[in-house]
Amino acid sequence: MLSRLLLILAAAGALIASPLAAQSFPALSGRVVDQADILPANVEAQLTAELAALETQSNRQLVVATVNSLEGYDIADYGYRLGREWAIGQEGEDNGAILLVAPNERRVRIEVGYGLEGYLTDALSSLIIQNAILPRFREGDMPGGVVAGAQAITSQLQLPPEEAAKIASQAGQQRRSDQTDGGFPIGALIWLIFMFLFFVLPIVRGRSRRRKYRKRKKGPWGKRDDDDDWDDDDGWGRTARDIILWEVGSAVFRGALNSGGSSGGGWGGGGGFGGGFSGGGGSFGGGGASGGW
Amino acid sequence: MNFAKSARAVFAGLVALSLAACGINSVPAAEEEAKAKWADVEAQFQRRANLIPNLAEVAKGAAENEQTILREVTEARAKATSVQISADNLGDAEAMENFAAAQGQIGAGLGRLLASFEAYPDIKSNQNFLALQSQLEGTENRIAVAIRDYNEAVRAYNTTIRTFPDTIGANIIHGAEPITPYSAVTPGAEEAPTLDLTSS
Repeated sequence: MLSRLLLILAAAGALIASPLAAQSFPALSGRVVDQADILPANVEAQLTAELAALETQSNRQLVVATVNSLEGYDIADYGYRLGREWAIGQEGEDNGAILLVAPNERRVRIEVGYGLEGYLTDALSSLIIQNAILPRFREGDMPGGVVAGAQAITSQLQLPPEEAAKIASQAGQQRRSDQTDGGFPIGALIWLIFMFLFFVLPIVRGRSRRRKYRKRKKGPWGKRDDDDDWDDDDGWGRTARDIILWEVGSAVFRGALNSGGSSGGGWGGGGGFGGGFSGGGGSFGGGGASGGW
Repeated sequence: MNFAKSARAVFAGLVALSLAACGINSVPAAEEEAKAKWADVEAQFQRRANLIPNLAEVAKGAAENEQTILREVTEARAKATSVQISADNLGDAEAMENFAAAQGQIGAGLGRLLASFEAYPDIKSNQNFLALQSQLEGTENRIAVAIRDYNEAVRAYNTTIRTFPDTIGANIIHGAEPITPYSAVTPGAEEAPTLDLTSS
């Protein structure tokens, strides 16, 4: 009996675990993830510096990744999932790109986030792969091909100086306002006001009215005036109204929370400030081009 | 009196919570998500349709055989643009099948056309053709991703409206109907191809 139970538990565990084990990605350890180990340390450092400079200049994230195995997936399929998993690019702008190399499958791909599809078009990605990357790969010069490809993408993604200056000043303002704001919980404030207006106030008013009402009942006229107040129909109607107000309040609250979250998320990448590097919440939709050698 | 009041407040809170938990919000949210993903799918198919006229330019130097395939593709495109599904009609499985069949015909024709161009060295090395080819490839990728996202959204929505407790709100308040996922149908894909090795 016990063993059967264990068996069932194990089967249930396998059911839960199997979707998780479907596909694995290397950890996003930096701007250059060299899982397949084809880049010497100095090349890796040089690339990291160039990619970091690109993000400071244009706010766009480019990541170079080499993987041991595509795990049986087409590189285009693997690439966009990897991009979503790592969330390369700033949230809302989806301005990330990945140069993905799978040396064991002899495949290379430039994966382009939604927001960059207009700048790094499929045709251009294809040209970069055909002209800058593949000739070097065919000669066995893997680091050279990766560097040439990354530089070609970087030069395309860099902004003209005036736009870059605008982004830099915006970034400065953003950081300053972050500091002065000190994370003031505006959403919570709105919520509190709503709580006060719709719950506390009616309760307080209801109490004082009831006292008046009792007095009036004792009075000589015995007149029950249907006064204008909204608080004097039966309990069920009031309950329904409370529910509606609750829904309204929680919707407003959620809206406030969401807007607060997204405005903070704009600079979620934070890769430029030393420390660890992480994706900013960008997404991918299959843009880019692939090649093989 | 006071007790009744607070009891009513607690009751109101409970009803609100249970209403919120039974799909009054999550069902429309999931439905809108699926509709938005469907719009993405249509946009990507449209993108592919817009690339087809450029093929005519490339195919100029090709032989009669390729011209025939090109005509087929163009006709399929004309037919497919008339088969559209509005976002409110996503539950219609038959319409979805027609749509998939029309798009599948374009896809199959395009595949054959691109493959036959491989036989022409002057077309194959033409820069315009290379650019167009990469655009078509990229678009096919985007279509695949958009369809997968749409199907995922449909799965989430259909699960939402059929599982407890969201199914209460889905049936009583919203009258929600399941949405059809997109399944790519290639005409004749269920028949094994017959290889004719005797001729040629």
